Amino acid sequence: MASLARLRSRLPLTKSGRFAPFVRSLQTSADSTQLTQSIPEDGSTPFSVKLHEDSFRAYHTETPSLEVEVTKDSLLKMYKEMVTMRRMEQSADALYKSKLIRGFCHLAIGQEAVAVGLESSITKDDMVITAYRCHPFAVLRGGTVTGVLGELLGRQVGMSNGKGGSMHIFTPNFFGGNGIVGAQVPIGAGIAFAQKYLERPTATFALYGDGASNQGQVFEAFNMAKLWNLPCVFVCENNKYGMGTSAERSSSNTEYFTRGDKIPGIQANGMDIIASAQAVKYARDWAVSGKGPLLLEFVTYRYGGHSMSDPGTTYRTREEVQRMRSTQDPIRGLQRYIEEWGVATDADLKASSDAFPPYLLLALDKAAKEEIDKAVEEAKASPVPKTEDLWTDIYYKGTEPSAMRGRERGEVHVY
Amino acid sequence: MASRTFSRLAPTLANFRASASLAQRRTAFRSFATEVGGSSMTVREALNAAIEEEMLRDETVFVLGEEVARYNGAYKVTKGLLDKFGDKRVVDTPITEMGFAGLAVGAGLSGLRPICEFMTFNFAMQAIDQIVNSAGKTYYMSGGNVPCPVVFRGPNGAAAGVGAQHSQDYAAWYGQIPGLKVVSPWSAEDCKGLLKAAIRDPNPVVFLENEMLYGVSFPMSKEAMSEDFLLPIGKAKVERVGSDVTIVAHSKMVTHSLEAADILAKEGIKAEVINLRSIRPLDINTIKESVKKTNRLVTVEGGFPAFGVGSEICAQIVESEAFDYLDAPVERVTGADVPTPYAANLEALAFPDTPLIVKVAKRALYRTN
Repeated sequence: MASLARLRSRLPLTKSGRFAPFVRSLQTSADSTQLTQSIPEDGSTPFSVKLHEDSFRAYHTETPSLEVEVTKDSLLKMYKEMVTMRRMEQSADALYKSKLIRGFCHLAIGQEAVAVGLESSITKDDMVITAYRCHPFAVLRGGTVTGVLGELLGRQVGMSNGKGGSMHIFTPNFFGGNGIVGAQVPIGAGIAFAQKYLERPTATFALYGDGASNQGQVFEAFNMAKLWNLPCVFVCENNKYGMGTSAERSSSNTEYFTRGDKIPGIQANGMDIIASAQAVKYARDWAVSGKGPLLLEFVTYRYGGHSMSDPGTTYRTREEVQRMRSTQDPIRGLQRYIEEWGVATDADLKASSDAFPPYLLLALDKAAKEEIDKAVEEAKASPVPKTEDLWTDIYYKGTEPSAMRGRERGEVHVY
Repeated sequence: MASRTFSRLAPTLANFRASASLAQRRTAFRSFATEVGGSSMTVREALNAAIEEEMLRDETVFVLGEEVARYNGAYKVTKGLLDKFGDKRVVDTPITEMGFAGLAVGAGLSGLRPICEFMTFNFAMQAIDQIVNSAGKTYYMSGGNVPCPVVFRGPNGAAAGVGAQHSQDYAAWYGQIPGLKVVSPWSAEDCKGLLKAAIRDPNPVVFLENEMLYGVSFPMSKEAMSEDFLLPIGKAKVERVGSDVTIVAHSKMVTHSLEAADILAKEGIKAEVINLRSIRPLDINTIKESVKKTNRLVTVEGGFPAFGVGSEICAQIVESEAFDYLDAPVERVTGADVPTPYAANLEALAFPDTPLIVKVAKRALYRTN
């Protein structure tokens, strides 16, 4: 497969003998990882693969190891999750176009390897916070597809009981779902502050986009996190466009992993799920081991527009989108690994009617489709919020004012 | 008394002393129901005691803000806390309001109880998105899944001689936001009981102090000195009972209103003075009950007149059955609709004082002489 950035502009070595940070360009091929040993029979036995040498770049640190241990089970799980996330987003797209979803709706189609790769390398005690493109994180962090789609539809079954909408979905270890670009980053630093304060050996992953990276408070958060050595990984999902403004048109420095000043950074191929997972593992180990914050930039791509009202074609060419979809798709990349490496356990094959891996993947695709179709129906069947829910959750239950006013003096809710 | 070094911007001190002495005279003959056996405390000491007691009670309570630790607080409210609790729990931040307000919100969302000090609320405008959109709305937007217990506190309103950018009252700004609680205490008792309640409250609380009151002493009852002393957020206090006119005020304007009531009393006018204590929830019921008794209402605040606390009280009275009890239009006494000027003579015209409240209260009584 072709990769987006094939530049190999070799710059001279620095005086220290290390490569200057911009020696190579990151490549974002989704399927350039190589199998380096024979594949074990057992689904949970690790085996080694080798990432493409340009999967990572580093700033003031070493790049993560290119040798990665994976298992058949983990690869199949990631495949299932990525397919399910894409199906969910596609169903949201359809529901929006049928006018069942209101307001803003931002889809992460094309960026699945970031959310799934992140989740595969962290624990449930680690914390995640992101901006408005949040649906996959909400599901993977303990939510459900029904809960997310129900929220988009504004139904009781929604994870915020229909009161948050697409951008405001939370779980005990996922803090949203934030609608103000950049505001989630210092909040993430605060979550990491609490982890350190409470002496928990965990990390917080605070995500933001290339667009948000220019908000002042992002740099404020960087400064405090480094000053106080907080276990915070600042994750820039660089999908190359903040709404319709390309990275080059918004940022004087588009090397987002280098923008933390004294905070080291890693740039990772966000289209190869194995590279994504490896980068997150490296970042988590970094933060949990007491080294303080780290910047982690994923180079990724969104196939759709910024939101549902954006066709996504005025600021980039259809050819560019088509090229990305056809050559660097994270799901197709993983599919190729699974097929070429023979990643299917005996149990999988027994369960499948045909002992040939592509059929296993078809079965997983089918299972994902069924799961999403079922979730759509469950979400649609859920009632809209109760009228009295207008008044709940403004203040913590039991600490409300005696009454809240409605639209006119006759509309008063007494607690 | 504040010293010149307390403030990053060294506000002048002349008016501190003036207001302190007036308040001391005032409180000397004010009756407190449980005054017997009590003592006195400055507002600063009361705030400090509230924070210390809550930090002792709950390990998750911590203070962050500019100059709160080694400097002992720009206005010395956090004096001594670093020595008692260490730098883990008393955290000096860089000058980075939006950043540390956001950090406080994040800590609050994930198990801690932050007390976020702004050197003044004028600087909190840099952080207002975090206060309003992040702290104030997350609980609702999460369908009640993610509470945000955090206290944003610091001096608010006009100080003396610090000019337009440092003299502004934000009660109406934050008071507009459902999801926030907003407290504007006056006395040492208010400060101790309400700050402790704010720290224990599971909602975000904006706690608006007043720089000119920090050094003022108030009597403290035995009860108020207790570490269990809490005042309910959302309840006003009738500081002085009267039957002829209701004067509603908050923060430093309570001092002026009580002084005005003394002067009015000499002319045989019995003014009832209500100390709002809480801006949101607003204790409109206490005001309505008072209006039904006095049939006249004067609101007093240091904020700008437009869309202010007085405007809201006026609107709520007009909308309620208390309107039928009014024998005169509601009168608003407010800061002037001008950016605060620096020169002392002009500044004096920008904020209410005792004679002005007397004049307006008499107008409400149709007594203009």
